[in-house]
Amino acid sequence: MAKNHSNVTVSELPSAEELLKVLAQKITPLLQENTALVGIHSGGVWLLERLLVLLQDPIQKYHIEHGTLDVSFYRDDYSQRGLKAENRPSQISFEVENKHIILIDDVFYTGRTTRAAMNELFDYGRPASISLAALVDRGGRELPIAPQVVAANITLEASQRLQLIQLADESLALALNQHDSART
Amino acid sequence: MNNPQLDADGNLKHLLSIEGLPKRILNQILDTAESFVGVAEREVKKVPLLRGKTVCNLFFENSTRTRTTFEIAAKRLSADVISLNVSTSSQSKGETILDTVDNLIAMHADMFVVRHGQSGAAHLIAKHVPAHIHVVNAGDGRHSHPTQGLLDVFTIRKYKPELHNLRIAIVGDVLHSRVARSEIHALTTLGVPEIRVIAPKTLLPTQVEKLGVHVFHDMEQGLKDVDVVMMLRLQNERMSGAMLPSSQEYFKTYGLTQDKLKLAKPDAIVMHPGPMNRGVEIDSTVADGKQSVILPQVTYGIAIRMAVMAILAGGNSSTSSPAGAAA
Repeated sequence: MAKNHSNVTVSELPSAEELLKVLAQKITPLLQENTALVGIHSGGVWLLERLLVLLQDPIQKYHIEHGTLDVSFYRDDYSQRGLKAENRPSQISFEVENKHIILIDDVFYTGRTTRAAMNELFDYGRPASISLAALVDRGGRELPIAPQVVAANITLEASQRLQLIQLADESLALALNQHDSART
Repeated sequence: MNNPQLDADGNLKHLLSIEGLPKRILNQILDTAESFVGVAEREVKKVPLLRGKTVCNLFFENSTRTRTTFEIAAKRLSADVISLNVSTSSQSKGETILDTVDNLIAMHADMFVVRHGQSGAAHLIAKHVPAHIHVVNAGDGRHSHPTQGLLDVFTIRKYKPELHNLRIAIVGDVLHSRVARSEIHALTTLGVPEIRVIAPKTLLPTQVEKLGVHVFHDMEQGLKDVDVVMMLRLQNERMSGAMLPSSQEYFKTYGLTQDKLKLAKPDAIVMHPGPMNRGVEIDSTVADGKQSVILPQVTYGIAIRMAVMAILAGGNSSTSSPAGAAA
């Protein structure tokens, strides 16, 4: 599955729908009593919604709770870039204390979003553990943070920006853009 | 048009009045406030956005509630907050204000929240400060009180999200109110089709109709089928001369009682910016009743002030950057 060459073109991108199934399979063994799934806006939330269906049996069996995070208020680039015009309320309606939390994100890149998400989670309580499941690890990490679960590794140039998008029929797809300042 | 509130990229630089804010910015503030409401319900009621920033509350006029909510808002954003009650000296006020401001800038203040009895005080400071410092108007004379206006609009949107279908009545001392005008402006900008003002002639500004409102002098007519009743405080301390016979007389004609409220829609909400004069503009049974959202207004006021400060303080060193997806 890993493609270790740079300047991936659009035609080489894997199907997000296929990757989603792989992600669901790989998350399954992590599910237990006291697990909670938390999607990071916006791609992670779309994935979460789909995972809630794909994993509904273990979710019901273990009474797994879920929530969403928008990490806008915790980003380390706020003083340079300010607040994004659109931000969504974080919704963590369950008790974070002592939960095994699995963060869900679409594309793992620098690790800064994950750091922000962890900081925000701790303001809700002290989780027993936090792990990270990402659809794609695109390389380029800048912090000692790595996902426990990934569906694919795709190495990209810094000028390339990989995004999960939701199509009109609510199916998911990966989109690749060329960008001057792709780092987010 | 040179708008002192916006920078060259059209981003909010100072909040001085609701007038002059495009719909895009109004919605940005309201949507961001939505995200801050939840912060107050968490274990740790703080986000780290303004960590390391210093916010100066510069109050040339007393207003405990406004000062407190700005203080709480800044603290929930992790800012360091200094509140100064500066008494206004009679001579050369302009000079005194700017000297005070310059001293605080020398102490590396990052933001000023300004309350002043005179219209235009916040504008004056905004014009004076260097580009990296932001000014929020927390009420200047009769002129403007933008965060109060915004929190009222936010409260309306919370309870009545379909702004396009609303009939809103603003009741009372419109003449001396610094929020009524801003609110009418904001509500119109956001698409509220019918705004009424209900007040005796002596408490209405001349040519109030030009703001696009329907004018009523009678509660029975004006309250009929409205979705929102916004009561204004009878500003005793601003009242000069005999504009009204007596507060009892006022209550009889313009005070909101349960009976009068029945004329509005059954699910209408009742708002008041506080502090209330119970038994003058509003009856206690209404103020404490099921339809009252007066205390939620206070709570939402903190979220609105957090949103304004968070939008202002971010992105100082930036030119505009592409909307980033989470990496």
